[in-house]
Amino acid sequence: MTWLKRIRNGILTKTVEKQETPDGIWSQCPDCKKTVRKKELSSNAYLCPQCDHHLRIGSAEYFEILFDDNKFTEIFSGYRAKDILNFSDLKPYTTRLEQSKKKTDLEDAIFCGEGKINGEPLVCCCMDFSFIGGSMGSVVGEKISKSIDYCIEHKIPLMIISKSGGARMMEAAFSLMQMAKTASKLSLLARAKIPYISLMTDPTSGGVTASYAMLGDINIAEPKALVAFAGPRVVKETIKRELPEGFQTSEFLLEKGFLDKIVHRKELKQTISDFLSYFKN
Amino acid sequence: MIFLDFEKPLLDLYDQIEKWQRIGKSKSLDVSDRITDIEHQIENTRKNIYKDLNGWQRVQLSRHPERPYTLFYLSQICDKFTELHGDRNFGDDKAIVGGFGSLDGETVMFIGHQKGSNSKTRQYRNFGMPNPEGYRKALRLMKLAEKFDKPIVCFIDTPGAYPGIEAEERGQAEAIARNLFEMSQLKVPILCIVIGEGASGGALGIGLGDKILMLENTWYSVISPESCSSILWRSWEFKEIAAEQLKLTAKDMTGFGIVDGIIEEPDGGAHHDPEKMAQFIKQRIIKELKELKKLDSEERIDLRIDKYANIGEYDFSE
Ligand SMILES: [Zn+2]
Repeated sequence: MTWLKRIRNGILTKTVEKQETPDGIWSQCPDCKKTVRKKELSSNAYLCPQCDHHLRIGSAEYFEILFDDNKFTEIFSGYRAKDILNFSDLKPYTTRLEQSKKKTDLEDAIFCGEGKINGEPLVCCCMDFSFIGGSMGSVVGEKISKSIDYCIEHKIPLMIISKSGGARMMEAAFSLMQMAKTASKLSLLARAKIPYISLMTDPTSGGVTASYAMLGDINIAEPKALVAFAGPRVVKETIKRELPEGFQTSEFLLEKGFLDKIVHRKELKQTISDFLSYFKN
Repeated sequence: MIFLDFEKPLLDLYDQIEKWQRIGKSKSLDVSDRITDIEHQIENTRKNIYKDLNGWQRVQLSRHPERPYTLFYLSQICDKFTELHGDRNFGDDKAIVGGFGSLDGETVMFIGHQKGSNSKTRQYRNFGMPNPEGYRKALRLMKLAEKFDKPIVCFIDTPGAYPGIEAEERGQAEAIARNLFEMSQLKVPILCIVIGEGASGGALGIGLGDKILMLENTWYSVISPESCSSILWRSWEFKEIAAEQLKLTAKDMTGFGIVDGIIEEPDGGAHHDPEKMAQFIKQRIIKELKELKKLDSEERIDLRIDKYANIGEYDFSE
């Protein structure tokens, strides 16, 4: 197997500082618009202390929340997107990739780690929205596939945290086919009876929703997350009228029957831990 | 006859024929030599135009209003076809059709997107854009085929899954995801053929199989050139460039190894000789199914999943 292990732990607050306000100390809640001290955020599961809004966070923060003592091993690092189509819109794809790497310190829009949750092993693939809108290209598909193989081989449960604008258009059909690739690998995971928990976070849309995000043994979402196939703008343009209040939120999906549960971020770790114990023989 | 912009030279030649016919009639002249000559020119011109079409031209052809759709092909290639309806849960989607047909003496489950051919039927078929119950009907029929050990053939031709409020409410994403998951494990052969437009998840939702073929003048990609233009170029004006950039033709797709083969179209495209096109498709289906049946189901499933596992281009370094 060609994969690489790298131990990381508690090193990624740096990334958060980069993404937020330039002064690095204060952050503004996009929901209630109040200013919050960043330190307060990290000790509060990245929730707005004023209004409980679940701020958009990346893989480093989710791993900090989930894994015991923030200890995990990165699996399948070293994969980098390739501009196979020589794609260029207003900007060449290669430039977009370079800029995203610089901005985020990430290799692509997904980070896979193996660690323990209350002592139980878990492989978690977490998407990073800050990398080209969390778009799914060949690298995302490959890392998920490899992680699934790894889970089957080592009999470890899988969790995928989705946060994505959908397919990566600059990889065209290759990107589309990652839906088929990940879904068919998940069918093997299911056959091996290895649990798979899918967490949808704000936003989860397009080809990601229409493949692995919706295929969990357990489908959960964070409160008030946008979860959609076609984004609200596209739906609005199609039907040419206003969208109903709360359309395509987690609460809407729960009501329509597509989620098992909405999980508050502060209860996330315990909830996952509970599910893992239910699945155990 | 409807002519596309790049077929203008043909239109001019047809106009000339008409002109000579008029002259012949009014002056009682024998113009048949003239007309035969122009007809030759038409054949040559058509061959030349169709020899080397670009991405956007093929996109236009895939949407040609006279292009044949699933039910036409089934009427031509099956000795018998019985359409089956409904997802047994919500309703009967009109943008996806399916049913048992007999092909060369064997029973096959056919499933396909269906478009309409006039303004009334286009509405009725929702322009070939399925709702979730369409994908669920397709899956029901595929499971039925599996139960009785019949191969599945899917015809793909959609501008996309319908992006409406009710479609979202009823779980468009879940329906497509479920089909991908289930189709991966179906024990019977699955052959998918793009006969028109292969737009994104809406196409893939009935498009995962052992072999994927495309007719010569079709396209398959993650997004339509128009939507791609509007999102990445922030304008609708770049659709032709987007079509080139997306590399969405049958030739591109086989080159990438994502699609397994191309079914040639008659000169002038499928709509120019639909019956001939249907025969080409029929012969190819017979041949491909014969090949796929040689494998046992476990082998076929393994190969199917491996095929998709191998699709992806990236660099790897430690
Ligand atoms: Zn707030």
